[in-house]
Amino acid sequence: MPRYEIRFGGFGGQGIVTMAVVLGEAISLVEKKECVQTQSYGPEARGGATKSELVIDDVEVDYPKVQAPDVFVAMSRAAYLEYIDGLKDDGILIIDEDLVEIEGDLPDGIKIYKIPATRIADTEIGVKQATNIVMLGALTAITGIVTPEGLKQQIVERWPRFKETNLKALELGLKAGREAVPFSA
Amino acid sequence: MTESTPVLKHPMAKYIRSDRQPFIYCSGCSIGIVTGMIARAIDNLDLDITKTVIVSGIGCTGRTSGYFKTGTYHTTHGRAIAFAEGVKIANPELEVIVVSGDGDMAAIGGNHLIHACRRNIDMTVICINNFTYGMTGGQFGPTTEHERYSQTSPAPVGNIEHPFNLVKLAASSGAIFVARWTAVQARRATKSIEKGIQKEGFSFIEVIGACPTEYGRMNRFGDGVTMHKHLLEVAEIQNGLPPHEAELDYENRIVCGEFVNIEKPEYTAVLREMHKKLKE
Amino acid sequence: MPERVMFTMGDIACAEGALSAGARYFGGYPITPATEIAEWMSKRMPEVGGAYVQYEDEIASITSVIGASWTGVKSMTATSGPGVSLMLESVGLAVMTETPLVIVNIMRGGPSTGQPTRGQQGDIMQAKWGSHGDYQIIALTPASVQEMFDQTVQAFNLSEKFRTPVFVLADETVGHMRERLVIPDEKDLKLEYRKLPTVDPSEYLPFKADDDLVPPMGLFGSKYQFYATGLTHDERGYPSDKENVQIELVTRLNDKILKNSDQIIDLERFMLDDAKIAVISYGTPSRSAKKAIRDAREEGIKVGMLRLKTVWPFPEEQVAQLASEVDHIIVAEQNLGQVYYMVKAYASPTPVHLMAKPAGMPQLPHEILDKIKEIKSI
Repeated sequence: MPRYEIRFGGFGGQGIVTMAVVLGEAISLVEKKECVQTQSYGPEARGGATKSELVIDDVEVDYPKVQAPDVFVAMSRAAYLEYIDGLKDDGILIIDEDLVEIEGDLPDGIKIYKIPATRIADTEIGVKQATNIVMLGALTAITGIVTPEGLKQQIVERWPRFKETNLKALELGLKAGREAVPFSA
Repeated sequence: MTESTPVLKHPMAKYIRSDRQPFIYCSGCSIGIVTGMIARAIDNLDLDITKTVIVSGIGCTGRTSGYFKTGTYHTTHGRAIAFAEGVKIANPELEVIVVSGDGDMAAIGGNHLIHACRRNIDMTVICINNFTYGMTGGQFGPTTEHERYSQTSPAPVGNIEHPFNLVKLAASSGAIFVARWTAVQARRATKSIEKGIQKEGFSFIEVIGACPTEYGRMNRFGDGVTMHKHLLEVAEIQNGLPPHEAELDYENRIVCGEFVNIEKPEYTAVLREMHKKLKE
Repeated sequence: MPERVMFTMGDIACAEGALSAGARYFGGYPITPATEIAEWMSKRMPEVGGAYVQYEDEIASITSVIGASWTGVKSMTATSGPGVSLMLESVGLAVMTETPLVIVNIMRGGPSTGQPTRGQQGDIMQAKWGSHGDYQIIALTPASVQEMFDQTVQAFNLSEKFRTPVFVLADETVGHMRERLVIPDEKDLKLEYRKLPTVDPSEYLPFKADDDLVPPMGLFGSKYQFYATGLTHDERGYPSDKENVQIELVTRLNDKILKNSDQIIDLERFMLDDAKIAVISYGTPSRSAKKAIRDAREEGIKVGMLRLKTVWPFPEEQVAQLASEVDHIIVAEQNLGQVYYMVKAYASPTPVHLMAKPAGMPQLPHEILDKIKEIKSI
């Protein structure tokens, strides 16, 4: 697989950085691909626009930051507006449909997936903090960037105490991703 | 019977680098007396000199460490306590003694002093307070009294600022042992230094000294002998007095004694406990 | 400990490198973007029987590190540019008293408070010239998470070998990015430890150097007595205001780095063998340059890179040699030109072009590619 770039955007406290880190761990440690995770953050510990990114490659990753993401996962309006620039033509945009509305011009051929990750975490699991795992499940189903097994293994290893909740979140996210119908802007 | 010339040797000479004599101190200065106090305290406690570390900062008093025959270090200005903290934490078996002046410890090193009091790392800090920056020629410092003259607080007003009372400062910052003596109360001061060394925690001993060359000259206090006589006259021993009452009025009354003597968990002991817990 | 594999941050790789090198004392003060090193150390140091100590400021932090080092414990601090500004006084003290220690600077935007969460490479000259007086420094510039580990180990080795403070200068991107890190089995790590004196204590001259210009180090608590001072001192360690003592001491302190520079300088030659244009870069921009060079090579442009893994002592001879091999040199660094001036000094008459970027994002690969094409068309 050639260089593949993923960008996550949201507000502080949503676990945006953690999403990229756990996915990076699964890709790097479980599936043994080359992978670099970076982030940018402001002075706010909560709120504000947060961005976290992954670059995945079969060979050594040279430039470590995302230049034109293949996928952008947007989980807040502010992050959507701030970080939508640069999304590749024919790229994938995944939004939490309760938090982000499509605004402004989008690149050509974009496939948009709407995943109600926060709602699923809140109502179906009862743990809002599991939103990022739901979204990771959806991302995995939509892009195939990591195997569900690889991601599952890493999630369990990272948070053994929350195994049950997280695996449920992952399953629901995978399901939401599989069932999501892409549409264009 | 062979004839031998009697050699006069100071009983404390064994701790002092003879190849660095004479001391740089002026005649009439108190720093030599305090150097003797430290040597006697080490001797009285029979400390293993190879396990004793003496640290000082910059200034006349800052030169003290270099006269001792043990592991000694002369830091940059104000940093003696910070250096000593690293030494003690890295090797808690060492006996760490810091000796420096009022400017070094209470002005440029003031922040390190108060935080070291709070942190409570086992060491003994001796501050020779002669109310001035002697080595640079006699400028006012953090303990110079209001309206005293110095090279930077000239007539007609003298010092515009007000001094720290180092006993109050150290006590309120959390030192577990705080004492003040004048340089002429050598036996009492030596005892306090010994107590400070024996206490497990941060001990602070202020020794009021004379700088006849600079501070004394500019404030017409007379020569070294006169200044030391004065210290004896105004020293008022009040052991156990609450530290906030330990006043220092150079002209009339210098309250001396041991004002704080408490127990509090010591940093390196707690750290060793932590190591033990983590091993279990 | 056997080999371990982690997906982790540069800052944490650096901390683990220090622990693997045998560091057992960390004195520091929290500062973005180096806090992760402090946080990691606060947990890990006690686990290995060491100490994490948080001081009232960076001045106390580094001075305590000097104190700890004189007990024989490998010691370090980690900070960012504003913290280094405060530490520079004691960098001079460590140089003067020949104290092994490691200072990690996770470089952020400056001057002053600057951009705490954004990276830059603005502290290259600060590391070299920040403290007063004539001295040399060793500074390493890692470009990946693995190098954060490896070069921190190397920083300790060099500091021990040459009894001198060593900087690890990592830009924020390297400090905060996560990559796979392989921590080698401790048996496979080559570690240095300072020379200790072997003479009879009565004959010990604490600042008398051996042929390698480095004196064996007496330690607190050992049988050796010594006086170490920031004042100019003779071989006995005694202060002196004599001219010859000053000249001899300062010359030796400089020479022990400069004359041993072949043991210190670490460079990567990337696609340089037939290159007509050379990029000189370090840290994150060097990764952009790699991509740009690969792309340029696909277009048939003969370009390569000399990547500096150490910036101080400066690789004067290697840069001069490179300049004789190529037609142009491009210096890409995340500042307004610091290494650039050093390259210019040694590359003459080969033209040297600066690609400056005094901001949080390094030069992008396509920007460097454009520059390469522009230079090729000259």
